[in-house]
Formats: sequence, C-alpha cells, structure tokens
Amino acid sequence: MPRRNDIHRVLIIGSGPIVIGQACEFDYSGAQACKALKADGYEVVLINSNPATIMTDPNLADHTYIEPLSVEFAEEVIRIQRPDALLSTVGGQTALNLSVALAEAGVLDRYGVELIGAKVESIKKAEDRLLFKDAMRKIGLDTPQSQLVNNVDDGVAFANRIGYPVILRPSFTMGGSGGGIAYNREELHEILERGLDLSPVHEVLIEESVLGWKEFELEVMRDLADNAIIVCSIENFDPMGVHTGDSITVAPAQTLTDREYQMMRDASLRCLREIGVDTGGSNVQFAINPQDGRMVIVEMNPRVSRSSALASKATGFPIAKIAAKLAVGYRLDEIKNDITKVTPACFEPTLDYVVVKIPRWQFEKFPGAEPVLGTQMKSVGEVMAIGRTFKQALAKGIRSLETGKPAAAEKFDPDLIPKRLITPNPERLGYVRFAFEQGWTLEQIHEITAIDPWFLRQIREMVDLELELGKVSLDTVSREQLLTAKRDGISDTRLGLLWKTGSRAVRKKRCELGITAVFNRVDTCAAEFESFTPYLYSSYESENEAAPSDRKKVMILGSGPNRIGQGIEFDYCCCHASFALQEFGYESIMVNCNPETVSTDYDTSDRLYFEPLTREEVLNIYDVEKPDGVIVQFGGQTPLNLALPLKAAGVPIIGTDPADIDLAEDRKLFGRLLDDLKIPSPPNGSATSADEACAIARRLGFPVLVRPSYVLGGRAMVIAYDEEMVRRYMREAVVFSQDRPVLIDRFLESATEIDVDALADQDGSVLIAGIMEHIEEAGVHSGDSSCVLPPQGLSREILNTIQDYTARLARALHVIGLMNAQYAIKDGEVFVLEVNPRASRTVPYVSKATGVPLPKIAVGLMLGKKLAEFRHLTGDVVSGVLPVSQCFVKSPVFPFAKFPGVDPALGPEMRSTGEVMGVGENFGEAFGKAQLSAGTPLPDSGTVFISVNDHDKAAAVEIAATFADYGFQLAATRGTAALLKAAGLAVKTVFKVNEGRPNAVDLLKAGSLKLVIYTTTGSHSFSDEQAIRRTAVAYRVPCITTISGARASAQAVVSARRDPIRVWSLQEIHKLAANAR
Amino acid sequence: MLALEDGTIFEGRSFGAPKDSLGEVVFNTAITGYQEIFTDPSYSGQIVVLTNPQIGNYGANDDDLESARPYIEGLIVRELSSIASNWRSEEKAEKFLADKGIPVAAEIDTRALVRHLRTRGVMRGILAAQGGDPKLLVERARNSPSMAGLDLATRVSTQSSYAWNQTVQACSPSEPVAAQAEPWCHVVAYDYGIKRNILRRLVHVGARVTVVPAQTTAEDVIALKPDGIFLSNGPGDPEPLQHQAQQVRKLIGKTPIFGICLGHQILGLALGGKTYKLKFGHRGANHPVLNQVTQKVEITSHNHGFAVDPDSLNQSEVELTHINLNDQTLEGFRHRSEPVFCVQYHPEAAPGPHDSHYLFDDFMKLIKDSGRR
Ligand SMILES: Nc1ncnc2c1ncn2[C@@H]1O[C@H](COP(=O)(O)OP(=O)(O)O)[C@@H](O)[C@H]1O
Ligand SMILES: Nc1ncnc2c1ncn2[C@@H]1O[C@H](COP(=O)(O)OP(=O)(O)O)[C@@H](O)[C@H]1O
Ligand SMILES: [Mg+2]
Ligand SMILES: [Mg+2]
Repeated sequence: MPRRNDIHRVLIIGSGPIVIGQACEFDYSGAQACKALKADGYEVVLINSNPATIMTDPNLADHTYIEPLSVEFAEEVIRIQRPDALLSTVGGQTALNLSVALAEAGVLDRYGVELIGAKVESIKKAEDRLLFKDAMRKIGLDTPQSQLVNNVDDGVAFANRIGYPVILRPSFTMGGSGGGIAYNREELHEILERGLDLSPVHEVLIEESVLGWKEFELEVMRDLADNAIIVCSIENFDPMGVHTGDSITVAPAQTLTDREYQMMRDASLRCLREIGVDTGGSNVQFAINPQDGRMVIVEMNPRVSRSSALASKATGFPIAKIAAKLAVGYRLDEIKNDITKVTPACFEPTLDYVVVKIPRWQFEKFPGAEPVLGTQMKSVGEVMAIGRTFKQALAKGIRSLETGKPAAAEKFDPDLIPKRLITPNPERLGYVRFAFEQGWTLEQIHEITAIDPWFLRQIREMVDLELELGKVSLDTVSREQLLTAKRDGISDTRLGLLWKTGSRAVRKKRCELGITAVFNRVDTCAAEFESFTPYLYSSYESENEAAPSDRKKVMILGSGPNRIGQGIEFDYCCCHASFALQEFGYESIMVNCNPETVSTDYDTSDRLYFEPLTREEVLNIYDVEKPDGVIVQFGGQTPLNLALPLKAAGVPIIGTDPADIDLAEDRKLFGRLLDDLKIPSPPNGSATSADEACAIARRLGFPVLVRPSYVLGGRAMVIAYDEEMVRRYMREAVVFSQDRPVLIDRFLESATEIDVDALADQDGSVLIAGIMEHIEEAGVHSGDSSCVLPPQGLSREILNTIQDYTARLARALHVIGLMNAQYAIKDGEVFVLEVNPRASRTVPYVSKATGVPLPKIAVGLMLGKKLAEFRHLTGDVVSGVLPVSQCFVKSPVFPFAKFPGVDPALGPEMRSTGEVMGVGENFGEAFGKAQLSAGTPLPDSGTVFISVNDHDKAAAVEIAATFADYGFQLAATRGTAALLKAAGLAVKTVFKVNEGRPNAVDLLKAGSLKLVIYTTTGSHSFSDEQAIRRTAVAYRVPCITTISGARASAQAVVSARRDPIRVWSLQEIHKLAANAR
Repeated sequence: MLALEDGTIFEGRSFGAPKDSLGEVVFNTAITGYQEIFTDPSYSGQIVVLTNPQIGNYGANDDDLESARPYIEGLIVRELSSIASNWRSEEKAEKFLADKGIPVAAEIDTRALVRHLRTRGVMRGILAAQGGDPKLLVERARNSPSMAGLDLATRVSTQSSYAWNQTVQACSPSEPVAAQAEPWCHVVAYDYGIKRNILRRLVHVGARVTVVPAQTTAEDVIALKPDGIFLSNGPGDPEPLQHQAQQVRKLIGKTPIFGICLGHQILGLALGGKTYKLKFGHRGANHPVLNQVTQKVEITSHNHGFAVDPDSLNQSEVELTHINLNDQTLEGFRHRSEPVFCVQYHPEAAPGPHDSHYLFDDFMKLIKDSGRR
C-alpha cells in the first residue's frame, strides 16, 4: 500500500501558543509532519497561531497561515486553499479539538475535506472518558470505576458511594486542566465546579482513585494494513496521582517482567484497534497495582503527544514523521529506518541505555499557588538525559535542570521530610535523597511515597556512593573509585564540592588518570546494526563512537529546558543557526537536553549531542569535536552563563565577544558606557545590603524597581513603592542574586516601552530588523506585554533617536550578530532599559513579520560575512529599519488558569508561557486576532466592567465611549462610574467586594460581565482588586489590567464589527513586503 | 573477566556462581524477559550478553521458567540489580543464577562487546569469575569446542518421554486469557530442547501433549498414535542432527507437522535443504517478519544462530511463507502438498510479543482438516 495519489493538498493544524501541557513538542511533531509530507510531493497548508515555531517558517509548508485556531478562521483558510485532507493528529489537543469542531460545523463536508490520521468517531471514543471506558470494558480491559456527571450533586452522591479520595477529570481538556483529586466533600465541590466550567461539554468524570499504583505509558504506531508496533515503554517514577507530564519518567520500563509487559502491549494494541485509530501514533497509559498486578487502562491519546516526542528522542524513532507518512497511506514496512538505513521502520526499537525525563516547575513565579503536584500538569518544561545506567541518566537529568544551585548546595529541612515525601511536590526527589542521607530506610520511604523500591534502591546506592567518596579526598581517591563515580554520573562540580577542591581540580585529576568521557550512539537497535546517524550521549564506557569529522564545524549551545522567559523562541534561533551553518558549508553540532524541541531532532543538525548544558559536559564534547567555533548567543541565558568559563578554557566563541556580552549585563560597566555615549537610562544604582539599597532608593526617589543581576525573564523583579518593600526584597532576593549585587532603578511610570532587534557586522554596519511598540506601558515585562509592528504612535524623531541609540550601542558593544534593546519613552525622552547582545524572544516574530531570516543572517555575520552580502535576503535594505507590509501584533499567553488563586495582574516579572501573532490590515484587526488566538477573545456584545485608577480616568472615558457606541453596556465601580456619568455615558454602578453585594465578583460568577478593564492602583496588594481579577481568570472573562491594553481592545472591537474575516499566508505577506521595499 | 578467542579481554565484576565457564558468546537485544532467556535450553553452550543494561530488576519466579533450570553457560550484563522489585518475584535474579551454578560478569561495557561481536561475528569465550592470566584464558577459549558440528540437542533433550498438561496462566487478574480449549487431539512433541511455553500453548489450544526424547524413532512416534507432531526449538548446529532429520522425513505425510526454530531447521534438512551459520545470529524480541501469505508484519521473538538456505529448498515442493525484513533471512515455510509447516522464530514468545500465537491455532486447524481426510 504505497502513498495515496488521490489527495494532493493536506492541511495541517498546529497546536497554537506554548501553554502548560502543550509546549514545543508539537512544533517538533508538526515540523516533522510538514517536512515528511512535502518531501513526498504533497502540497502542505498549515495553520498555527504561534509565530515562534519552526513549523510556521515559510519554507516548511507551501501555504503558512499564522491565524487564530478557531472554526471561522480555519474555515476561511479551507475556503481559500481547498485542501483534500486534514491531518488532525500532530497538533496536540488543540488540533484534535479544532478538527472535531470543523467536522461538526459541517465545514469539512462542505469543502470535501477528508480527515486523515484519526476519524471523528475515534477521536470522540478516545477523548470522551465514558465512551472510552465502555469501549475498554467491551474488549475485556479493566478501568477504574467511574461516573460522568454534569452537576455537583450527582458528583457528591457518586463520591459518597465509591468513597474518597476521588479523581475528577473534565472531558476534552488538555493537560488535565480543571482536574484534580478530592479527598473530601469541600474539595469535591471546588474542583468539580471549576472542572464543569472548563470542560467544553460541561462534563466531569468522577473516578475511583488508584493513587500509588505504578504508572506506565506505551507509544504505539499502527498503519492502514493493521501492522502495529510499540515504539517505547515509559515507566513513571512518581506513582499514579502525579500527572505523567509532572512525573519523572524512565524509558524503557524497568520493573515489569516480560509477561506483564506483553500483557500491557497486547492491551494497548487491542485498545488502538477498538478505538479505531487506523493510522499513526497513539499514547496509551496504564496503572498497575503493585500488590497483585491488577492493571487498569488510564487513557489513550489518539494522536502524537508529549510522550511521543519524548519517546522519539529516547529511541531515535521519529514518531511524528512516520505518523504523517502512515496517514497518507504508507505501510510501516515500506518506510526505512533513517538511523540504520538497512532495516525497515516496522520494528520495535530496543535500548541499551536508560532515559530519564525530569520536569521543571516554576511555582516561585506564582505566589499564592501551592507547590504541590497532582493530576493536573503544572510543569513549564522538561529535560531528558541519556545514560548507560539509570543512575547516570538521573544524575545527568538533575544537572540539566539548571536550578541554579548544585544539588549538594541545596537546603533541606529534616523536619520537612515526611511532609515533602507524602505530598508530591517539585522537591520530592531531593527529599528522597536527603531522607536516605538522614538514615531513613528504603521501606520507610516506600511506605509514604509508593515510589517503586527499585528506583529507591538506585537512589540509595547513589547516596551511599557519595558518602563513601566523602570519606576520601581528591588526593587519596583511587582511579577505580573515581571511575565508578563518573560511571554513576556524578559531576566534577559535585565531587569538587564534596572534596572542597572545585570542579577544575577534579577534571584535571581525572584526565591525568585517563578518565575521560566517551560518546555512545542512540541507534534504535542496541548496536545490532550499524548506525549512520551521529546522535550521541556521553558515558564513561570503554569505547568512543563519536567519530568526529575533519570538516569545518561550529557547535551551537541550546537553551536547555523550557522555562518562563526562555522558551521556544531560543530553540527557534538555535535551529536556524544550524540550518544556516549547513547552508554556509559548515558542519553543525547541536548540544541540548530538551526533548520537546526541534533542535534535539536528530536530523536538524549534522551532529546531535543530547547532553546537559554544563561546563563539564560542553568541554567533554569540545575535546572530542574540536569545532572551529561555538555559538552562545542564540540559546538565551543558558549558554551565555557558560560563555566566559568556556572562553577561559580556550573555547573559540564566535560572534559578539563574551566580554562585551558581560559588559552589557554588568549594570556598572554598562552604566559607564551609556554615560560615555550620552545615552540616557533610568537613574540607578546597585546594592549588596538592605541599608545601601534603601539609601539608593531614597536618592532615586520611589517607586523603584529592584532586581538581581543576571537573570532572564525579569526573574524576582519587583516595583518597590516604599522602604519596607525594599527591605523585604533584600531579605528574599539574595537567594536568586547568586552573589551578584541587587540592582535598583528609578521606575518610570506610564512610559511607553519599545523592543528593538538589530543585526550588526564586524565593520559596525547595523540593520534594525524591527522597532516594536508595546501595548502595555513599561513596568509590564516585555515578554508579557503585547507589542505591534510597525509602531503605531511614535513620532519620526523618537524613531530616529531609537535608531541612533541602537546603532551606537551595537557598535560600542562590538556586536557581531544579533542584539536586542529595550527602551522606555517618558515625556518624549528615550531611556535605555537594557541591551542584550544576543538573540531575543522577539526574533522569530520579527522574522515572520518582515520575511527576513534574522538568525540566518546573524550566523553569516558571526562567520565573518558582511551585512552587505545579504542584500538578497533583506531586499537591499542594509541600514535603517526593515519595512513591514501589514500590522502584526504579538500577544502573550498566561497560565493563570492552572494556578487558581494567583493574581493575574501584570508586572515586571515575566509570567507568560507563550505567544501568538495576529495579522491585520489595521491595528485593531491584528490585536483582535491576537487576543482570540491567546484564548481571551474579546466579546462582541454585553457589559464591559471598568474600574481604573486616577491617572487612567481621563483615558477611560474615551474608551468607554467607544464601547458604548458599539452597543456595549457599561458597568463601573463608584469612582469610575461617577466619571463616566459626568461624561454623559449610561453606566451601572457596581459594588467593590468590600462594599456590599451583589459586587463585581458576584456579577462575574453570574456571567453578567463580558470584559473587565481593571487598572491597578499602584502596589498590587489590594485584596479587592485581586479578587476581581482572579475571578475573571477563573471564569474565563478577559481581564485587562492596563489602560493601553483597554484602548487596544476598544479598537479591536471596532475592527471586529467593521472588517470581514480574512486571512493572509506568510508567503503572500512576504511578497507584499518585498514589493514594499 | 571475559576473554574471547580473538584475544579481546573485557573486565567486569563477578556475581552468581564463582566459577569459570566456556561457551559461544552471543547477544540478545530483548528489553524484557531475562529469566526466560536464562532458562531457554536453546542457549546451552552459550554465554549470553544482554544489551539491556539493567538486569535483575524484577527478580525471578517459578511461573516464568522455560525449563527446569537455566541453560546459559554464563551471563554478561552492564548492571545487575541488587534487589528484586515485583509482586511476582520469589528471589533475586543473582541468587537464582548462583544457586544453579551460573557465573555472571557485570559492569562490563556490553555495548562495546556487542559491537565487537557484530563486526567480528560470534565467537568462543571464557567467563573467568576469578580472573587470571589473560593469555591462558584466551588459549582455553580457543581450545574449547566450537558450535559448528556440535550435537547439543540430544544432550539437553529429556531422557524419557512424559505427558505435559499445564496450560497458559494469566500473570495478572486483569490479563484476559482466552479459555483453554477442551483437549481433543494428541500431539507428540520432539524435545530437542523444548521451551515450556510451547507446551503450554499447545495444551491451551486443545492438545494432549506427549514429549519424547530427541532420539525417538519415527516408528516409536507413530506407535503413540499422534494426531499431530511437533518439532521443538533447541540449541546448536542442525547439521549433525541427520538421525532426527531422517525420522522426520519418514513422518512427513503421516500426520500434520509443526516445527519451531531448530525444528524448522530439521524440517529443512529433512526436505533436502541446507543450513548455514549466521554471522551473529538473531536474538531479540523485536524482529519484523513478513507473513507472505497474509502480507502482514509480525513483531517476533528470535533466538537462532543458524538458518535454512531458501535456495537449497525445492520450491516446487515447499512454499516460503515468512521472511525477516531486517536481513531477508528465511523465517518460515510450508509443504505445498503435505500438512507440514514451520517457523524459524518463536511464536510462543516468552520472551517477546504475542503477534504470532495464531500459528498454534493454524496447527490445530491443520490437524482438524487432515483428520477429515
Ligand atoms: N483513577 C485515578 N487514580 C489516581 N490517579 C489518577 C487516576 N486517573 C488518572 N490519574 C492521574 O492523573 C493523571 C492525568 O490523568 P490522564 O487521564 O492521563 O489525563 P490527561 O489527559 O491530563 O493526561 C495521570 O497521569 C495519573 O497520574
Ligand atoms: N526603570 C524602569 N522603569 C519602568 N519599567 C522598567 C524599568 N526597568 C525595567 N522595567 C520593566 O521591567 C521589565 C523587565 O526589565 P528588563 O530589564 O527588560 O529585564 P529582563 O532582563 O528580564 O528583560 C521591562 O520589560 C520593563 O517593562
Ligand atoms: Mg495522560
Ligand atoms: Mg527585557
């Protein structure tokens, strides 16, 4: 059964913005699908609202639409493009849900589009928890007892029958949104109400708890001829009760006999056949009772999933690519295994190593959210590590996390052990180790964690080994002992701490003893066949399989685990660096440890090293590869932190010199530079003590902005309105400041913020790629504010000043490659907020908007080329600013719904997980699309609730008037209401929370407010405001916390009424742009 | 320490029985099922390298025995678990092997060893628990008997015939195992080193099974009035088993015959075919085999160092039914006119996927049909 020739155009739906539970693993799968289908001669149409993805690069699909993933816009794309088929299974839950919606809205029938991958019936059977359970019982598979409820009373009744705890799972939500574990009646009420609300079909499944059982996942593939294989088995270190996305997971499964594993294999195949997933990859989850082996099936995802991405990276088997090929008719045995070249893809990969995935959480960014783990996913990223043994992989995984503190330096409290072990939480693994150190027995720990004894034993052995090593010193340690330590994955850093010698001494010693890392290959077949793909991981085995080439080569350091402030945008840049290098005739070597990304796809770079981004590991690779250069400016802060140590170790860093990068990061030096350049920046100072800080704050005048040096994403940055806040900050901030001083700036109130991305070459020619005007004023982190290209409200001379400053800064910092600068405009004066001589979060967005591949040019410049050599890419523009042909709005996406009780008010600390882009002919249209894509669609009618602080009041009137003109009703708190009335607007006065009832919160819950405009009154501490904003988030009512944001939404509402539904493909847009130049 | 006949030495740590053992060093790439591998008589004469680096994690239990004792000569792993964690486990894997006198070398770079065997081919080696002078060890390896030409089947076969009646048991309350069919036919199984799961599978599909020694003559088998004859798996080189091949030749046409692994090779010889030694064999649980009749791919369990040369078979007499998609080796054939079929791989799995259980039903169907004639 070869490829289908009856279809020619295939529509692929992406997964939209990065959110918790749906991250860049779907860029990986989508990109693979696009490549695979295109390579096979199909014409690929793509729709995805996320500009920071590789899949939305204009060369991956034939027609790329960065448009909202809604039925209306998808239909418009379908109307224009008339695809023959829709591939629904590579864009996560979002794509699956949109595909179903399109089918049910009759769109697919209307335009004769065939759904391939999974059919609607199958999707429903798998996604609808109850249908699924019936199906499973039908084929003799066991599932937890359960009942579907659509109201709280039925829920309570059922829970009383089966007994607490119970698991709640809303139908059709991704990453377990709205789910949870209820241990008692109140919790049941709370979670059930939220769940019913979040479920698009207002259903929640209440289920028998199997907490503490062993959890497993199988990744299954099936073709149209019903050939089926298991690609990978995954065992969860954390037992049932912790979402697989929040569990440490291990591949292959470690504690199942063949009989048990085959039982699971049989079950997953029967499941696939019954659900009717006729082609592609699926993920099936099981739980096993460790006492008697009872096995229940937890769920199956009839699509490529987060775990498939992990499984692909863990085995070298490209699930998404093959899923796409199967969807267009190929049989598994008709597809070759890329890695062995000789064997077919129709086999089951076997591993001769162990893979460990560890999630990364960021509760610290969400004060008010309890750092506990449950059935709803909370992690923002993950790392994967490959080792020859579990111990080695786990140790590597832990240091891949970049928690900032080496494990040995972590602080644990003996009294907290029971608490930290009983309730799953981000620190549990650390506490397991600590408990062993404190003399807890394996049985005791197993008793309260239910973690499998085999895993616990492994950790105990790691702890014991370190205790042993603690008894010797760097001088007395034997070669064998040191080798054992390295084989078990202990880092030089950790040994250096243990022996108080520092890591360098350890490295020196072990190299003298001839203990050096070697590299093994991930080959899908445990060395049974030769591997032609250099996909490598380090070990301390006896033989090095790296086989480096003697070509000209450059190594790219990736950005590690996704985290807020450092996400897919940086991986995007790293991938492009790799593509560019290959184009310029260099061998590209990628180093990264994030399994979700495109950069860790074995066919993105010539060579892939799946390794932690630490000095030790990077040097190990350097010693073997001896690249001509190393690129550190694309991976965000992670490689930057390595730049100086690497340079010191003799590694050739290409592009901007690490010393200059450092200069830009070091406020003192940078301040001096600005003085020399006569470029103003907010008055500032830096302090290492509370008193010093207060003195400076007094000198600058409140409010001030305090922050640690050297962090990305505005980590731990606060606006202090008085001395007390400064002191409190100094007490709490030190942890993050890593012995670097705390920085204090005068806070510029209601200033307009500008982001600039620029390219500079070694001759000092500078090309400004984009000047982005933020919607929210300065004080809202650049990553958290919407911004627009081209700028809407900036005068010529301001633009000129910005150009002038940017060019001079680039030259002064000897930037070679990319540079990002942020400015604040206050009363017509331009201040520099910061300059980052590196790729920024906005590079993908600017590249998509302008049609100019910024990272590619940057790499050229780093390799010594001149800007002038890229005229063909920049449309002859080599200085000044690149033009854009439309209006492009980038808007952030926030995870507040995942953290109930957290104040969604925006501030200088970044909290968004992802972004979307809206394209329009006018600002309102682009902004409206962006809001829709961001999941906070603006209402087209209903009541707008307004409450603004005093200096926003003037603006508020005009905005309110616009809404009124378009038929919206107005409601406002007393002060604002009075004002609006005075301006002759009809407005309903609403109580604040403490004023009486029904108050704003009641009205929100009742659903009678459709839009909230609520600007803060200075310090974000008024519980009243928070209550309103929180309720808005919980009830999915768009909540705008800045006046500029409000103004923008007014314009969007106008456009929604005036402009038709229209879409543009990037390819068209870029043609327009080219013509504009 | 492991010393290979080509002079290569691998250092590790000894576990299990503290003794030296000689054998052909082979590798198996299955992720699960080490206990079934230990106790598969087909491994007699062989030191087994497991590519899965974590071995022993789930211990050992009586239900997963493929014969009364382990048959491997020695075990080589990257890491041997110091505990057993599984509800069915009865003892630690290490103790299980130690008690049965099997030495283990752990912490060996098994990947390097496998790459060596893959490129040089399998070879003889000695696993020396106490270590010793490498030169002497290599010598001992060189002087040990080579697999080729060795008749191991008769050595591991039962001495006297016996009846078998255990069937397939579920390993968990949630495993839906189809009900056992009423025993309705009599199958005589030649034991060339038979695995228990073959017997369990035969009983499960409705056979009354009598197991007979490898030496049993065709006449004695006929005397047992079998409705069907089964030829088992087993160790070593099929070439020397001319006696067995002759008996089988006499039996072809008398009753339906089903052969697995060595049984398949013996049928090959009986039908005038030739066998040859594979460079490093097929040992694993992930081999794609195409059933040319149904055009479906089965993921199959393998353990063979020799194979039947398809060109040596008279294809007007036999039909090639199964092909290995990795290297195109012959994995199964059937007689065009007589009720005779066989596969080179292991449909009984243990360890491995269950994709090929259907072959046992096919055998029963063959018996039914030929019964009607
Ligand atoms: N009946 C249950 N008892 C205990 N934990 C459960 C139960 N069902 C699910 N879980 C836990 O909740 C997590 C999420 O459930 P799952 O069905 O996989 O939803 P999702 O679609 O979010 O992946 C699972 O990974 C598991 O750890
Ligand atoms: N002096 C200031 N006045 C007003 N807002 C500021 C000032 N300094 C920084 N900010 C706000 O804080 C945000 C984060 O500051 P920035 O220096 O960009 O840190 P990061 O390195 O995290 O991007 C900026 O985007 C801006 O909105
Ligand atoms: Mg799940
Ligand atoms: Mg910034």
